[in-house]
Amino acid sequence: MKKRLLPLLLILVPVLALAAEDGVHLDKANIDPDNQQSLQRGARLFVNYCLSCHAAALMRYERMGQDLGISELQVAENLMFTGGKVGDLMTVATDPEDAVEWFGTVPPDLSVIARARGVDWLYTYLRSFYLDPSRVTGVNNLVFPDVGMPDVLWELQGWQKPVITTVKDADGTEHKVIDLELVKPGLMSPKEFDRAVRDLVNFLDYMAEPGKHDRQALGVKVILFLLVFLVVAYLLKKEFWKDVH
Amino acid sequence: MAEKWKTGLLGWIDARFPLSKMWNEHLAEYYAPKNFNFWYYFGSLALLVLVMQIITGIWLTMNYKPDALLAFNSVEYIMRDVNWGWLIRYMHSTGASFFFIVVYLHMFRALLYGSYKKPRELIWIFGMIIYVCLMAEAFMGYLLPWGQMSYWGAQVIISLFGAIPGIGDSLALWIRGDYVISDVTLNRFFAFHVIAVPIILLALVVMHILALHEVGSNNPDGVEIKKVKGPDGHPVDGIPFHPYYTVKDIVGVIVFLIFFCIVVFFMPEMGGYFLEHDNFVPADPLKTPLHIKPLWYFTPFYAILRAVPDKLLGVIAMGAAIVLLFFLPWLDRSPVKSIRYRGIAYKAALGMFIVSFLALGYLGGEPATPVLTNFARLFSILYFAFFAVLLILPMFEKTKPVPDRVTSK
Repeated sequence: MKKRLLPLLLILVPVLALAAEDGVHLDKANIDPDNQQSLQRGARLFVNYCLSCHAAALMRYERMGQDLGISELQVAENLMFTGGKVGDLMTVATDPEDAVEWFGTVPPDLSVIARARGVDWLYTYLRSFYLDPSRVTGVNNLVFPDVGMPDVLWELQGWQKPVITTVKDADGTEHKVIDLELVKPGLMSPKEFDRAVRDLVNFLDYMAEPGKHDRQALGVKVILFLLVFLVVAYLLKKEFWKDVH
Repeated sequence: MAEKWKTGLLGWIDARFPLSKMWNEHLAEYYAPKNFNFWYYFGSLALLVLVMQIITGIWLTMNYKPDALLAFNSVEYIMRDVNWGWLIRYMHSTGASFFFIVVYLHMFRALLYGSYKKPRELIWIFGMIIYVCLMAEAFMGYLLPWGQMSYWGAQVIISLFGAIPGIGDSLALWIRGDYVISDVTLNRFFAFHVIAVPIILLALVVMHILALHEVGSNNPDGVEIKKVKGPDGHPVDGIPFHPYYTVKDIVGVIVFLIFFCIVVFFMPEMGGYFLEHDNFVPADPLKTPLHIKPLWYFTPFYAILRAVPDKLLGVIAMGAAIVLLFFLPWLDRSPVKSIRYRGIAYKAALGMFIVSFLALGYLGGEPATPVLTNFARLFSILYFAFFAVLLILPMFEKTKPVPDRVTSK
């Protein structure tokens, strides 16, 4: 029966092979969710560079402090710029109508953005701004073409310029490949900047599901318990079924 | 009946309510064939998941807000601020997908061993109605998180009713209660998801089990154990469901829970199949996502819908793909139930059917490129060909002799 199914399953192979990939190449974010220092640096970048336009209205400052090993006092002094209570949600004061006037759209809430976009997308996106005089903001983005967001990290990264090369495929079709070249260095070296973005993405990933660490820790215990229970249940079944012939 | 004059609390109850009688009829003296194999775990597992969905659902309702302005954030509130809310929510979202996995395997078992055949046609019919209700339940439940995929998935599916000639548009409008999916739709879907459909499901499950216990369970050999009874009047090849199958099903339950917990605790999104990435973006009626797709358990039928060039015919084909299953007991006229004693042709046909179903499931989740659409057409034809093959098979199929008694491994 099973052997006969095999040729039928082979019919599926060409279908699966057609699962073609398209879109831009994304760099691996390689975040380390257990690295608390990285998360703390990411939190600092987040409140400094993102939180003035984007909200994270599902996240509380207090929870962030607890999970990241930052005391309430430190959170209030270093990470909260608008006052308020440490138990508050990370909202912004920007009027949505103003935002539409400035950026053409309301900046999306970033609370769960890492779960919507994926960390690799965010990591590549934040590093892929380039100079484009045709845009109102003066910049464009490889991953998100014609994005409304300005390059807020420019002072850290510097400015990048697109370098367009034409590559010929084996079958003769031509592709335009856009590479980015640093034309004006920022405060950070490219290596430092990559690390900073990685920290920021790490924080965004944490914020998208603050309970992830606890979830996985509990999961190990639950499954160990089930494995022990399985042995007991199996022995019980065996004992009862002794008299079934 | 010697225990008729039992004393104590149980006697007191039994004189007023058939407690012991029900216990015996459905558990302690319900004789099930002794040769159940792996495929026979999924009935009790489906019951387990149903109970789990109802209980987690009740607790989710305590903090969920069925309001277009609050729904998305209330789900994240459950995930972050409600004690153990994340666990309850993940159990519910994972449970939905596992419900379909279990039910699909349960249905496949019926195809393997001819469990839908006489005298079990009604069990199959009740089961099919449960399946359809489950699809409605899952569809309406998926709108509640009010993410982009919730919104646009519902928009696409409800617009299918618009393909019905004449009344289509007014019907779609009536279902939505608005010209687009809106707060009104969310509220009514919530009502159906938490009250109406669960009540119907529970009633159907009771009927499914009562019908099963009336005629007795089928088994991997497809022979009727009631034909050979011992001097005590019980089937020789039967064993009481309790304790034999209760202890056996506990083992199945734990193995199931291990797989279930691996998903809940380590991969609740299941790579975007159980919780879609786009559903972490709040519903926005002005922004259509690039690639709208239903959840994985609907994709086989969605692929059939898209494979047909005409919208109305596509809807009809999609409906037929489900409706035809209702008629299986009458389409398959072979007197042999179990695949063990059927010819190679049935095995090949069933294999083709399963492969088509899986392939359509994959294709329904992918963008409809011309090449993939052609594949979807091919597999749609193979899917429907199965029912045609069933009709003509008994004319030439060479079956093996069916034994009188069940065979043990």
